[in-house]
Amino acid sequence: MDQLLPLCVVVPLLVAATISALGWLLRPRRRMLDAIAILTCAAVAAMLAVVLTQAAHQELVYWFAGFRPHHGVAIGIDFAVEPISAGLACLAAVLVMAAMVFSWRYLEQVSTYFHALMLTFLAGMVGFCLTGDIFDMFVWFELMGVSAYALTAYRPEERGSLQGALNFAITNSVGAYLSLSGIALVYGRTGALNMAQIGADLARHPPDGLVVVGFVLIIAGLLIKSAIVPFHFWLADAHAVAPTPVCVLFSGVMVELGLFGIARVYWSMFGQALGHRAGVSTTLAVFGLLTAVVGALFCMRERHIKRLLAFSTISHAGLFLTGIALLTPLGLAGVAVYVIGHALVKAALFLCVGIVLHRLGSVNETRLHGLGRSLPVTGVIFTVAAFGLADLPLFATSLGKGWIEDGSWVLNKGAVTTLFVISSVLVGGAVLRVAGGVFYGLGDPPSESPQMAKQSDEETSETPEAKGRTPLSMIIPAAVLAAAAVVVGVLPHLGAAVEAAAVRFQDEAAYNAAVLSGLSGVHTSHPIALYPIAPAGVTLSSVLTAVGSVIASVLLALAALYWRRLPVLRRGFEPGTGLVRVVQGFQSGVVNDYVAWAVVGLACFGGVLALAIR
Amino acid sequence: MTAVQRRWLFLAGMAILAGFYLWGLTELPGFGNYPGPYGFVINRIAVAQTNATGVVSAVNFEYRGFDTVGEEFILFIAAIGVATVLRQLRNERTHESAGHEGLGAGSAETTDAVRLATLVFVGPAVLVGWFLGSHAQTSPSGGFQGGVVLATAFVLIYLAGEFLVFRRFSPIDLVDSVGAVGAGGFAAVGITAVALGLPYLTNFLGLGTVPGAVSSSGTIALISFFVGIEVAAAFVLIVGELLEQTLLVQRGGR
Amino acid sequence: MAVFPFVVVVWILGVGLYGVVTSRHLVHQIVCLIVVQSSTYVLLLAVGYVTGAVAPYFFDIKVHTPAVDPVVQALALTDVVVEAAVTALLLAFAIQAYKRFGTLDPQELVSLKG
Repeated sequence: MDQLLPLCVVVPLLVAATISALGWLLRPRRRMLDAIAILTCAAVAAMLAVVLTQAAHQELVYWFAGFRPHHGVAIGIDFAVEPISAGLACLAAVLVMAAMVFSWRYLEQVSTYFHALMLTFLAGMVGFCLTGDIFDMFVWFELMGVSAYALTAYRPEERGSLQGALNFAITNSVGAYLSLSGIALVYGRTGALNMAQIGADLARHPPDGLVVVGFVLIIAGLLIKSAIVPFHFWLADAHAVAPTPVCVLFSGVMVELGLFGIARVYWSMFGQALGHRAGVSTTLAVFGLLTAVVGALFCMRERHIKRLLAFSTISHAGLFLTGIALLTPLGLAGVAVYVIGHALVKAALFLCVGIVLHRLGSVNETRLHGLGRSLPVTGVIFTVAAFGLADLPLFATSLGKGWIEDGSWVLNKGAVTTLFVISSVLVGGAVLRVAGGVFYGLGDPPSESPQMAKQSDEETSETPEAKGRTPLSMIIPAAVLAAAAVVVGVLPHLGAAVEAAAVRFQDEAAYNAAVLSGLSGVHTSHPIALYPIAPAGVTLSSVLTAVGSVIASVLLALAALYWRRLPVLRRGFEPGTGLVRVVQGFQSGVVNDYVAWAVVGLACFGGVLALAIR
Repeated sequence: MTAVQRRWLFLAGMAILAGFYLWGLTELPGFGNYPGPYGFVINRIAVAQTNATGVVSAVNFEYRGFDTVGEEFILFIAAIGVATVLRQLRNERTHESAGHEGLGAGSAETTDAVRLATLVFVGPAVLVGWFLGSHAQTSPSGGFQGGVVLATAFVLIYLAGEFLVFRRFSPIDLVDSVGAVGAGGFAAVGITAVALGLPYLTNFLGLGTVPGAVSSSGTIALISFFVGIEVAAAFVLIVGELLEQTLLVQRGGR
Repeated sequence: MAVFPFVVVVWILGVGLYGVVTSRHLVHQIVCLIVVQSSTYVLLLAVGYVTGAVAPYFFDIKVHTPAVDPVVQALALTDVVVEAAVTALLLAFAIQAYKRFGTLDPQELVSLKG
């Protein structure tokens, strides 16, 4: 049913509008409001699952208001859906549903605003994934953004909330305006806003300055959204203060949507035009690997648990970008599976942190040392999810990472794998340190500087009610998500299906033809893979690498917990000393710095790409 | 980073970025030489296809109507976001009952001249807003422009010094609901097309006989109406919240 | 003269970003953000201009008169609304920030860092 496509975006919007219009009626009836929101998310997830199964067989193209292309010129807006975009949208819907279940009855409520904001956030995310028009993508990007800014500042009585929201809003707005400049620039050359038409038009001529500049500018906003170094500073500030269900969405899906956007823009519009694959590939990979390592180092240093998880998201965003940068189907398939696994695991981790905040009233790792022993079930879920984040084999995260590493021979397998392992070990070590220290009381509480202590203390409980037991509505989503990460990891035939989807995603010519023909269901004839399709299986080397890195993470976590009891003093992880302080200084909390770094980063990115492609 | 370091870092980056940007811009066809097909095709077929002589409105509400739905909701959500962030917090209390004295140091007494001048314009503002909102398909106007002028009428009441009258005419819940009706109404017009078996946002109403008449162009006029009330409600909500925050709400205990 | 509007675009972008980066007052910073957005308006409208053409409103002129591109005008309209929305939200944040921090200097609005 073609009509499902617009419904996936319009239904949450209509429900959000209805909830707001009937605010006076629904405000006292919290359970009804929660139920409406959860049912809407479930409905959207179900519709997207149906769309996903349909998209697996054919290219789904839907033209709004019935305006089909007029002699090859697209005059309306379209939705062009294939399995990867449908899958990502479905993931977004599932996570929003989990977040709404988590906040059932407990999250401090202000009229109907929270639910309306979450539903429009969902609509923006789904629209962003499904659309085939670059300006439409910008509109949904902004809708996602505005809802996100408002959700970050949901508790304005905390000072950190406002700082986080302001930094988030200003940095991402600058990015959005830069992207819009890129869109206008490309429009000036091609006279089109439809991605397929632009791609077909740009591919006709060899790449010149305009193509490169257009690509870099459109990517700018998406790079900022994906929190790639040096555009990443806002993420930690925003995550530390947003309500827990919102953090689930930021880390699980929003950042990944930025990366999806980069892949989509490249493969739909600029792939054939830019041509010089090695240049693009290396530039993106360098930024990705830098992000992975920087994120992991900051992650290890943190004591505020939500900020720690935020830095781990930054690190993983770098890994995802590297996978995309490989420009092969195996790389993209690896990223897709890794994203799913990471989203499920990270969501579970954040929900556990939310439970801790609800029951124990703090997110400070030092202060919470050993107190988590009163939350045994949460501890188990957190530890399982932590192992998932450390890429233990059997989890989907490990599966995806293995494929990316296998496919990295196009760049430099040794370097890529080494850096991947380093960042995994650091991130895994940090999260396992939290698990061991907080929930099992192992070792000594990690030390922290007074300034860090003050920061984490500012985070107060989000739920005003009594904290005797952990409600089921909080535990169940966390458990289900963590379990799902394992289930996805062991699904048979996943590799072949995802890789086929990746090949289709990267087949620009077929996409352009399907969209511009105006009809749905045109069978793409023999998509041409630009690199040989390597089989997406589980290789021995990737399993060994993964097991090795997990063992190293465990050892690192134990070292971080017990180092004071060893005769060998290791001061490397003490916050606030020496080189660490210099590096820490970059994350200053001042938005002026963030924008300055973004401009410098963009100048570097653009300059390098210009030189590589010239 | 110190302010000086930051400035030099930024200037270095911006110099490169500006050069880079200019490099791309100089490859454009040049000012006045718009090449591409999209605009020309639309100009050729719009009047015949939609019976609207205002082609920009036709693009906004018809050809690219789905973008406009998204943008409507952005404005709606921003208004909700403003209301969320500026809501009264638990340790603050209001001086609702005190009338002029309760407005605090923020508002000044207005002179009769100011009051007369602003109130005289309230009626014309409403009329102009209405006119603009209903002529989207005819001439340069449309729901957005009309909605903003309509919101101005409310702001004029505030400028006349009558903040409490302003608040009584536009209580937050009502304005919220009106905005939601506007945004939802737009989305619902599209859904009606789906219910009729057509693609979302298809123009299913009669197109009228004369291009550019107020009754022509089918759903464009209807959508423009919804957009108008939504924009007006959103701006009244935003302006009202900002004013209320500075005038009425004070920290408990002062 | 064919390039002059585009030089203006880059200049406005640069000036706006400079304002954001060196600002000592949050409201000033938000207004500089508006300036950054304005550069995109100029770019959009400059890209769609056709020399010697009229506005695309055919109420009182013949339908096939050469007219400028209506699509960029619609895009600019959308952008204006989006920018108004974001600015409103940012100003609301600014009001609350002043209440909580007592200052509007971005360099002082720091409770999270490192």
